Amino acid sequence: MSVILRSPRHRRCAIALAALMAIPAGAIAADGRLLATGGATQFEGSAGGGLVPWAVLSGYGTDTQDGGTAFATRVDTGDYSLDAAGVAYTFRNRIELSYARQRFGLGELQRRLALPVGRFDAEVIGAKVRLGGDLVYTAMPQLSFGVQHKRQLDFAIPSAVGARSDSGTDVYLAASKLFLGAAFDRNLLFNATLRSTSANQAGLLGFGGDRKAGRSLVLESSVALLLDPRWAVGVEYRQKPDNLGFAREDDWKDAFVAWFPNKRVAVVAAYADLGSIATLDRQRGPYLSLQASF
Amino acid sequence: MATHPFRLACLSVVLPAFLGACASQPRTTTYDQLGGAAGIEGIVDALLEKIIEDERINFQFADTDIVRLRSMLIEQFCAESGGPCMYSGLSMQESHAGRNIDTAQFNALVEDLIDVMTARRIPVGAQNRLLRRLAPMHGEIVTP
Repeated sequence: MSVILRSPRHRRCAIALAALMAIPAGAIAADGRLLATGGATQFEGSAGGGLVPWAVLSGYGTDTQDGGTAFATRVDTGDYSLDAAGVAYTFRNRIELSYARQRFGLGELQRRLALPVGRFDAEVIGAKVRLGGDLVYTAMPQLSFGVQHKRQLDFAIPSAVGARSDSGTDVYLAASKLFLGAAFDRNLLFNATLRSTSANQAGLLGFGGDRKAGRSLVLESSVALLLDPRWAVGVEYRQKPDNLGFAREDDWKDAFVAWFPNKRVAVVAAYADLGSIATLDRQRGPYLSLQASF
Repeated sequence: MATHPFRLACLSVVLPAFLGACASQPRTTTYDQLGGAAGIEGIVDALLEKIIEDERINFQFADTDIVRLRSMLIEQFCAESGGPCMYSGLSMQESHAGRNIDTAQFNALVEDLIDVMTARRIPVGAQNRLLRRLAPMHGEIVTP
């Protein structure tokens, strides 16, 4: 599956986006949920914000419809880059299955340490079940349980710096709720996700380490304000474990603008602060994600 | 029984709040921002036109008394937005019983209403305040 967009990326993205927007929204089979309520796709392939999986399931299908999404995301901190792409499909707004490929470009680290490889690839197979509630219509938040099984596919270097395993499984419980007219008469989305994980830098540097081998319980959260039905702004925060002795790992955060021109397309632009990664501090930079729904 | 599907009829019991709302108004109410009585009539007329053309839901209105539906919607939007009206129609459960209305159909009507209000340049804040009042009816209208 050739999911990582290569070099003339921006042109291809622009063409793909234009093509998607040319298709009328009515052409989607699963379009029963309200605009923007499917969220975007986070970089591990689950429906969510940019860094954090939410309780919402991918696509716009209701309990009588099936549908999904495809996404491509790029983050560039100057020293490193991360490309992620994948697909997700949701059955009856109950179960979401997802697959994502990630390519972590080592950039500056490769130059500094004369590393034999310039990138680490990884893959994530995900599943999410909506336990109950509805993002918009129930008093209780929408509540979902999710699993992300991850494999790091270039494990020689992570192993050499102390990572224990090339694969790991994150499990999480997410609660999301949209409060109508809650702030400045605008709709406000709250999300909180509790995750159990042993991943180093989300799994891009393997799982477990010399400092801590086992699981950590981390909290991730997002807040988004819907300026109107098509535009949202928000922030996210993602706690992370710190398992490896050779380099510190920081929590991640971002601030984003999301645009939902129709139910076919979503565009998220963000500024992400990923802290210190593999000894290089202050990893910050732009984040861009495109999502198509079907 | 002459049912009136998708009539966003109100919770007939709990609406004493509107009396207070129209007594004295120092600030602009949702009702005012919807354009008062004339504005709401315009919104409802445009909404009905849109529903009739919306193939996701128009079949649900095939046997509907549109004249009555129109007056009930006007009453309801007026009451829910804080205007000087009292909703006099059937309850949500009564008016939608046996229709097998699903969430996709409910949302289709919500989208039509948003489109109509946006086209009529109703401020997003006023739209959200009205939708916030109508959203709880999902549980009474949609067949579980």
